[in-house]
Amino acid sequence: MNYVHAFLFAGFVCFLGQLILDNTKLTPGHVTTIFVVLGTLLDVFNVYDKFVLWAGGGALVPITSFGHMLIHGAMQGAGTYGFMGLCVGMFNLTSAGIMSAIVISFFLSLIFKPRD
Amino acid sequence: MEKNKYQNLVKKYTPKENVLGNGVTAFIIGGFMGMLGEFLIQFYSYVFSIPTKEASTIMTVTLIFAGCLLTCLGFFDKWVTSAKCGLIVPITGFAHAMQSAALEYKKEGFVTGIGANMFKLAGSVIIYGVCSAYFFGLCRLIVMGG
Repeated sequence: MNYVHAFLFAGFVCFLGQLILDNTKLTPGHVTTIFVVLGTLLDVFNVYDKFVLWAGGGALVPITSFGHMLIHGAMQGAGTYGFMGLCVGMFNLTSAGIMSAIVISFFLSLIFKPRD
Repeated sequence: MEKNKYQNLVKKYTPKENVLGNGVTAFIIGGFMGMLGEFLIQFYSYVFSIPTKEASTIMTVTLIFAGCLLTCLGFFDKWVTSAKCGLIVPITGFAHAMQSAALEYKKEGFVTGIGANMFKLAGSVIIYGVCSAYFFGLCRLIVMGG
């Protein structure tokens, strides 16, 4: 049942993105940016946490989960350090993703040649 | 040629996009990406016997690695043209944006090329994500107290 939920949720998010892409003049860069902001907005009232419980990996794969993890880490930091904690904890949960993206893409770009 | 006539001609020859078909394709491909994520979480938590939270981190890293490698091998760009948003909205799209920028500017040198341009496309995601998370977090801290 988990897999069905994951399929439905991730598919729905991608469907929304495709609708935005087709019906407006926005580029894919705009779409991903909109979804990240949407993810942070949804997590202000812990709505996205419920999606994660319902869909599991399906809610963690779309880029919205990046925004959700950012604000989640910030609020966790704020719980322990107060106002400065927003800055301390911001990247706590997302650092694995950002780090691996930087390191992997740097070393792979050393190895591979650009194609055209 | 008059402006109106020209506009009409352009409209006539612009290929019409199959909006519904594109949406269904994005739904199916994106759905399978979600299922793959769920499968990887279950797989890692079973094989390494770790909680699902740590397994989801490894799942993210795996998908990013796959996105970067497939971009380098040249498959990803072909797939995106047919799968549309099904591959852009998942975390693989983020990896693809970084990797393609790094590859494209490689010829301009290591510092002014790769170093300066790696975040050219993916930077907006991080900047707007961090700024909105900070703003919403601050609002929530002031209004609801954490």
